[in-house]
Amino acid sequence: MNTGVFEVLGPIMIGPSSSHTAGACRLGLMARQILQGEPVKATIYLHESFQKTRKGHGTEVAILGGILGITPDDERLRKSKEISISKGVEYQFLEKELKGQHPNSCQISLTSKNGKHLSVTGSSIGGGQISISQIDDFSVNLSGQYNAILTKHKDRPGIINRVTKMISSKGINIAYMQISRTKKGDSASLIAETDEPITDNIQKELESHDDIYQVKVIRPL
Amino acid sequence: MNHKKQIAFSSLEDLVELAHEFNQPISWVIKQYQSQLFESSIESIENQMEKHIQIMEDSVEEGVNNPKRSLGGLIGGEGKKLNEYVQNQGALMGPLGGKAVARSLAVSEVNASMGKVVASPTAGACGILPGVLLTVFEQQNQLPKEKLHDAFFTASGIGIVVSMRATLAGAEGGCQAECGVGGAMAAGGAVELLGGSPEMVTNAVAIALKGVMGLVCDPVAGLVEVPCQKRNASSVSVALSSADMALSGIESTIPADEVIDVMYEVGKSIPPALRETAEGGLATSPTGEKISQQYQESMKEK
Repeated sequence: MNTGVFEVLGPIMIGPSSSHTAGACRLGLMARQILQGEPVKATIYLHESFQKTRKGHGTEVAILGGILGITPDDERLRKSKEISISKGVEYQFLEKELKGQHPNSCQISLTSKNGKHLSVTGSSIGGGQISISQIDDFSVNLSGQYNAILTKHKDRPGIINRVTKMISSKGINIAYMQISRTKKGDSASLIAETDEPITDNIQKELESHDDIYQVKVIRPL
Repeated sequence: MNHKKQIAFSSLEDLVELAHEFNQPISWVIKQYQSQLFESSIESIENQMEKHIQIMEDSVEEGVNNPKRSLGGLIGGEGKKLNEYVQNQGALMGPLGGKAVARSLAVSEVNASMGKVVASPTAGACGILPGVLLTVFEQQNQLPKEKLHDAFFTASGIGIVVSMRATLAGAEGGCQAECGVGGAMAAGGAVELLGGSPEMVTNAVAIALKGVMGLVCDPVAGLVEVPCQKRNASSVSVALSSADMALSGIESTIPADEVIDVMYEVGKSIPPALRETAEGGLATSPTGEKISQQYQESMKEK
């Protein structure tokens, strides 16, 4: 991909660091997107460099801001702890070694208003770009640049075909796809990054299938 | 307005050739490139540039008039202090130079206190371009605003070439890749703003980058504060003197593209301790170590 003018003269961002502030905020935003609901509780585990820069680079307030839906160029980012308290969102930051992860990584544990839990692990990989490596029990590799659909389903023949057929029948192109499972015949997951957005209809239809436990639609950041 | 010919380049020499081919400044080439790359109109690109410049102007205003202490507590208020000194007592480098440096200090402070900035080319180097280009433009008060836009497009073109041939990351190339390149971009932009030729633009880039060759990245306590803020200021001086030399007709003996390539080679050979890791240089000076320890302690308290 060629570099454009506003990648060199930009991004517009809240300082001081593209990876420790802007990228950290995008990790929070991504966790919020995947949760698909207002969070009421957040526990954020900071790894290595993120742990060290938690105050001086605003890494804490940036991640929390993202969880609250505040973008990397929004000056409210600085005040995200106050905003969190006023919204009644409980938060805590803990130190944790996340084995094998990039130094700028964190794990975000969220609980939504309707009681859903989510755990997302991701890294800020430079210049504000991010990579999500884990969603709950499933290893993934998401950049936040594409639309994506994630399904958790029973590991049995035909499910993947069903999901991809449903997507393609609506004229949606799959750019990247990953499948994994916990163990044979148990639960499995599929993540497809697509060029077009996944519609609510697709989500509903897939959710109605008995062997598909969960469908998450992830919008790009 | 859009040209049919596919605009592609991988060097400053290519940019100069394209500028001559169309008998236009480098900024025109960059606008065509951006327009083709994102399939957007020149008008929308201009509007986006206007927005970015507005944010830079706001960050200057904020930093000079309403300084805040940085997150790490090491800087804050220096931009205002220098600005007042320049106004009251003048500056050795003249009102323009003094003001440009004051503004670069101020914008660095805005960044370090979680204010809004335009990374140019990075957040750590965000003070240089607004410091130089906004101030030089302001002094040329008869120029239309489009000329300022163009100066930023040319500066961006220089940054794009550096990102293609080398790096803009301190972790990879040291501070020469961040503040150094910021200064080179500003120098080239200023040259076009003042009516210099495309060749003069590249000479300014070469002279500026040569002046900071090998500059290490050694942030105290790992914060984007010390010495980052004052290196923004130093890069402003380098940019202004380089632009002046280029505009006077002085040429760089080593062509700009070669200087960029060498900058990358030098960057890679800088030991990792001096590439943003805070494990060497000023970061491990006795005072740097002391500040780092105090900072670590203060984090435990909260």
